Amino acid sequence: MSDPILTVSGVHSHYGRAHILSDVALEVRGGEVVVLLGRNGAGKSTTFKTIVALVRRTAGEITFLGNRIDNRESYVIARMGLGYVPEERRIFTELTVMENLEVGRQPAREGLEPWTPERLFEIFPNLAEMRDRPGGRMSGGEQQMLTIARTLMGNPSLVLLDEPSEGLAPVIIEQMAQTIGLLKQEGLSVLLCEQNLHFARLVSDRAYIIEKGQIRYEGSMAELEENDEVRAAYLTV
Amino acid sequence: MGELIVTILTGLSSAASLFLVAAGLSIIFGVTRIVNFAHGSFYMLGAFIGYTMVQAIGGTIVSYWVAVLIAALVVGLIGVLMEILLLRRIYHAPELFQLIATFGVILVIQDVAKEIWGNEDIVSPRAPGLDGAVEIFGQRLPEYDLALIAIAPMVLIGLRLLFYKTRWGTLVRAATQDRQMVAALGVNQRWLFTGVVFLGSLLAGLGGAVQLPKGGADLLMDFGIIAEAFVVVVVGGMGSLGGAFLAAILIGLLNVFGIQIFPNSTLVMMFLVMAVVLVFRPWGLLGKPETPAATGTEIPNEPLRPAVPMVKVLAGLVLAFLIALPLLQELFPTVLDPFVIVQANEILFFVLFAAALHFIMGPGGMVSFGHAAFFGGGAYTSALLVFHFGLPFELAFPAAPIGAALLALIIGWFCVRLTGVYFAMLTLAFAQIAWSIVFQWTEVTEGDDGINSIWPSDWVTPLVLYYLTLGLTVAGVLLIRRIVFSPFGYALRAGRDSPLRSEAIGINIRRQQWFAFTISGAFAGVAGALFLYTKGSIAPTSMEIARSFDALLMTLLGGVEALAGPVVGAAAFKLLEDLFAASEYWRGLMGITIIALVLLLPKGVAGFAQTGVGRRLGLSRAEEVRA
Ligand SMILES: Nc1ncnc2c1ncn2[C@@H]1O[C@H](COP(=O)(O)OP(=O)(O)OP(=O)(O)O)[C@@H](O)[C@H]1O
Ligand SMILES: [Mg+2]
Repeated sequence: MSDPILTVSGVHSHYGRAHILSDVALEVRGGEVVVLLGRNGAGKSTTFKTIVALVRRTAGEITFLGNRIDNRESYVIARMGLGYVPEERRIFTELTVMENLEVGRQPAREGLEPWTPERLFEIFPNLAEMRDRPGGRMSGGEQQMLTIARTLMGNPSLVLLDEPSEGLAPVIIEQMAQTIGLLKQEGLSVLLCEQNLHFARLVSDRAYIIEKGQIRYEGSMAELEENDEVRAAYLTV
Repeated sequence: MGELIVTILTGLSSAASLFLVAAGLSIIFGVTRIVNFAHGSFYMLGAFIGYTMVQAIGGTIVSYWVAVLIAALVVGLIGVLMEILLLRRIYHAPELFQLIATFGVILVIQDVAKEIWGNEDIVSPRAPGLDGAVEIFGQRLPEYDLALIAIAPMVLIGLRLLFYKTRWGTLVRAATQDRQMVAALGVNQRWLFTGVVFLGSLLAGLGGAVQLPKGGADLLMDFGIIAEAFVVVVVGGMGSLGGAFLAAILIGLLNVFGIQIFPNSTLVMMFLVMAVVLVFRPWGLLGKPETPAATGTEIPNEPLRPAVPMVKVLAGLVLAFLIALPLLQELFPTVLDPFVIVQANEILFFVLFAAALHFIMGPGGMVSFGHAAFFGGGAYTSALLVFHFGLPFELAFPAAPIGAALLALIIGWFCVRLTGVYFAMLTLAFAQIAWSIVFQWTEVTEGDDGINSIWPSDWVTPLVLYYLTLGLTVAGVLLIRRIVFSPFGYALRAGRDSPLRSEAIGINIRRQQWFAFTISGAFAGVAGALFLYTKGSIAPTSMEIARSFDALLMTLLGGVEALAGPVVGAAAFKLLEDLFAASEYWRGLMGITIIALVLLLPKGVAGFAQTGVGRRLGLSRAEEVRA
């Protein structure tokens, strides 16, 4: 296995006075697909937001590609190659598909073939047919594709995907799993969070389980499959 | 026929500047979410700087327009300066602080402009090549009007190209919807914001510079245009350039036709249009309903708590002192000037005024930028009844709160349809309209001179008046506290903190707010009447925007979150005012103080009591520790 590209250690986060994350630690290595599992309200999204500095950590360290990022601003982190796909998708509804992609565009990164709209349309063929459609007039599945494509335009080396399967039809979920596999082939690392164990199983190498803001389990996907006890304790199966 | 066409063309030409200013305001707000109240000041600076540039280099057709563009650029850069020094630090501050801070900028710019260009109005320079007139169906129309008519659509097209055909424009539109997401995609918002403020300020400056040959430049331009620009933005729909364009034309046309229908009060027409639009399309002609902006986590307001014993003791001591003040003054005339009573009196009715405003601002969550309308409204109600009908003090005085409440009932009915900054803009616009009616309707209100020699009955000696003021203020403040902690007050705060949930449990928020607004207006009216009978006169200046800001400042100085805020704030404000009154630059000093306060003391003076230090001093209750 290669070196870790993202390391989170001892991270705490608050919303106002509410203590949400405590002592969260996890890591993602180059080329890996890692899943963060947990029930509703467990703190998955907060973990992601803390990594990309949309929520400020109150303690702990976050390192990306060897650099501390826990004091950096969101845009700097994104420019370093850490892409974030939010749970609520946050498509720019007034902007067309092409314009949404344009907002995500960042200069090419050494050693990686830069993403272009044309290359992305090969992965997401239905987006190609609606280049000039405003984001607000797309289905949930199409929006999910667009938000991933938009993040890829920044040529990230690691992508955080917040519940990519949420609210999608089974066929689309299948597609999504294929897409994640494709990204892995391209050499990207992926950290996703999920409640859907079935989907996580399709794509991930390793898993963490978070509960009440604390990491409760860590292991390979295969190990988790074996461990009925942990699954019953922390996940709704 | 010719006359009609020329009138229409004149209206269109007067829309040009208005469109430029409103477009700039709207663009800045779209991305930064700050309503730049100093936008009118940038317009004024555009006119002044434009004048200086034209004098310096504007001799030929080309150099004239170069001078105009330079003026716009300079104003754009001044905007950048404001963004970097001030706005950047307050993007995450509560709306009120942002509005107040930009108001501080207005005051500073007023003094700077006065220092550089003097008090005299600047007459319109001629635009070379456009100083003649053309004949249209036998009617003459200045050539320059045709230039103005062309400018607005040209700028609109230019802006659309910028926003829809460039990467920068795409980023701005994206940031208008969700600036946090734009940052998460790797865009440095800081320069985006600076750029947007540059563009918006430049447009305001351009608006000021292009209207020079028609209107010249003077020191009153800032408030005049800002109220009109707010109307345009509210009517057109915030964030919609096309809407601003349409609304500017509508208002421009109304202005020229309005003069023919109501020669005395051009703003009445504006009021009517705004009213009609608001009833049928609360978000403006081309606007969209405001969805709560996704700008991160909102931390709810601290719950209000009844005063702690320490504060009650302090309040009791102050009250005892105020009751004894006249006696003390008589006993120790060398220490206490008789003037002290006058000053105390003045502070008292401002306390009531500030408390009235605080009531809708704090518990109500409605930031009114036009409360002077009710202060003045109350005063004018009494004054007009005395002046025209000879009503005695005993009847005219109690009429003040009724008059003010009626006014608040009408204005509030429109305003509570909007929230947040839209509400603030609307209250300001209404107040400016009320001011202009009083100012322009000379037959009834005596206009600029005001109504003089209104004194209370003989039995109301200065001493009685002092105790009347004290009594009414104390009663008013206590009554407001009562209301805040009554079921109505709780419902009001519930509506402020979680509108959706309140609606769900059956609270009609709009009606609650309307009611609160009216109550607040009535209290402000009492304060106004006390002002009238203390001073013996009332003039339109008591209704101007600056007066509304005074009240806001008092609340701000005192801290919005503390119920004792207005009391402390009004006193602090009065002291500051007296301190600066000696200086020629009191406005600028006040402006700088406000800006410094917003930057350094975002919770106000009384809010300070609720910080750790204040708590140790026993000024407020210890925080409950949460598990
Ligand atoms: N903006 C906020 N303000 C206050 N508390 C919040 C906020 N957002 C989330 N929380 C709280 O933080 C905790 C963790 O929330 P988070 O969104 O991280 O959960 P999650 O694991 O992503 O859940 P889900 O599967 O429902 O998306 C929850 O208890 C939630 O109520
Ligand atoms: Mg989540």
